[in-house]
Amino acid sequence: MGKMLGNLGNKLLNLLWGTQTRKVWTSIVVILLVLSLAIRFIYPVPPPHVALSGEPILSTSPRWFTNSLLMTVIVDIVLLALALATRFSLKEVPSGLQNAMEAIVETLYGLAESVAGKNAAKFFPWAATLFLLIIVSNWSGLIPGVGSIGYYHPAEIHGEQRVPADQELKDESTGEPHSRVLTNQLAMADGKLILVDLAAVQAAPAAAEEEGHGKFVPLLRAPSADLNMTFALALATMVMVQVWGVRFLGGGYFRKFFNFSGPNTFMKSINAFVGILELISEISRILSFGFRLFGNIFAGEIVLATMAFLVAFLVPVPFYMLEVFVGFVQALVFMMLALVFFQMASISHGTHDEHHA
Amino acid sequence: MDVDAMKQLGAALAMGLGAIGPGIGIGLIGSKAMEAMGRNPEAAGTIQTNMILSIAFAESIGIFALVIALLLKFV
Repeated sequence: MGKMLGNLGNKLLNLLWGTQTRKVWTSIVVILLVLSLAIRFIYPVPPPHVALSGEPILSTSPRWFTNSLLMTVIVDIVLLALALATRFSLKEVPSGLQNAMEAIVETLYGLAESVAGKNAAKFFPWAATLFLLIIVSNWSGLIPGVGSIGYYHPAEIHGEQRVPADQELKDESTGEPHSRVLTNQLAMADGKLILVDLAAVQAAPAAAEEEGHGKFVPLLRAPSADLNMTFALALATMVMVQVWGVRFLGGGYFRKFFNFSGPNTFMKSINAFVGILELISEISRILSFGFRLFGNIFAGEIVLATMAFLVAFLVPVPFYMLEVFVGFVQALVFMMLALVFFQMASISHGTHDEHHA
Repeated sequence: MDVDAMKQLGAALAMGLGAIGPGIGIGLIGSKAMEAMGRNPEAAGTIQTNMILSIAFAESIGIFALVIALLLKFV
């Protein structure tokens, strides 16, 4: 065991310090790591920007024109462009783009078939659209610059941003340049993340507007890190579940929710109660659909921002890989769940056995 | 105690307690999936897909706790 460990250590040493080029690269990496750690003590960095919802891009623009809406439009354009480019260059013998698209669609169809069986062709368009849209929006948040490039709105004074007055005295006593204190506190004020000295904020707007500083608003934001988008998808999917239920079973589909049949009064009341439970579960599915996607992607963004804030070099890389994986899995889960719900809606309680056979 | 401190405490408790259940659940799912893969290596692909799906479901409970914690902290 000890020999093995020693062997491993030698190998590692050789990998990092073996040749002249390796020595150079290792030193560069170590120096950058130390620098990225040390720079926080020399120049304090504002903590990451955290906002629970999308924010209007321009301070003058309407409230609905948010950064996540802009990114949604970009994602849509990318998807449409890919689809149209494939559509208008279809060939007998596929190559390049068409090959990739065919592979994706075939894999998705295989998945749909494994869940929905002979109904796969009917459910496939909706499920595949969901998957492609969600995976591209999840990964769009990982593009460097999304969420970090933006500009400062003129500072606003929020009622809750208040800190005891002795804070100001402390800042005076450190003897830092006054303008730097102001910019730092304003930069930290975004997204209500940090409480800011009210006196400083009140003094700030004039200075802030001169320098173009204030509340930081990123230009782009991953669509699925906005609750509006994920809830819209969840609602639309659950409406489609009802639509498929009615299409397959007719009006009898609603017997699932309003069921008063039974041999005696006891069974009738039990069935009525089960119907109420079904209704509640339908609503809770909307909630869990929406929150699952939003929570995963938004939490991932916060993790990445925090890691980049703590150590800006090399440390965020494994988390990036994790987020790529999470983005894929969440898109897959959304699609599979939609398929399962479609399939469940398409079979009535009486035909369970016939369907499985 | 002051309201802000209670909010912070609530957020931390929501996340900490909410992570217990999914942690146990994901551990159980993983252990059973490994067992199944060991017994039947040919079915490893299917088991893996289903394992990832089940893990995502168990994890989503933790994510709900996270959403509550975030709401407490930032709203």
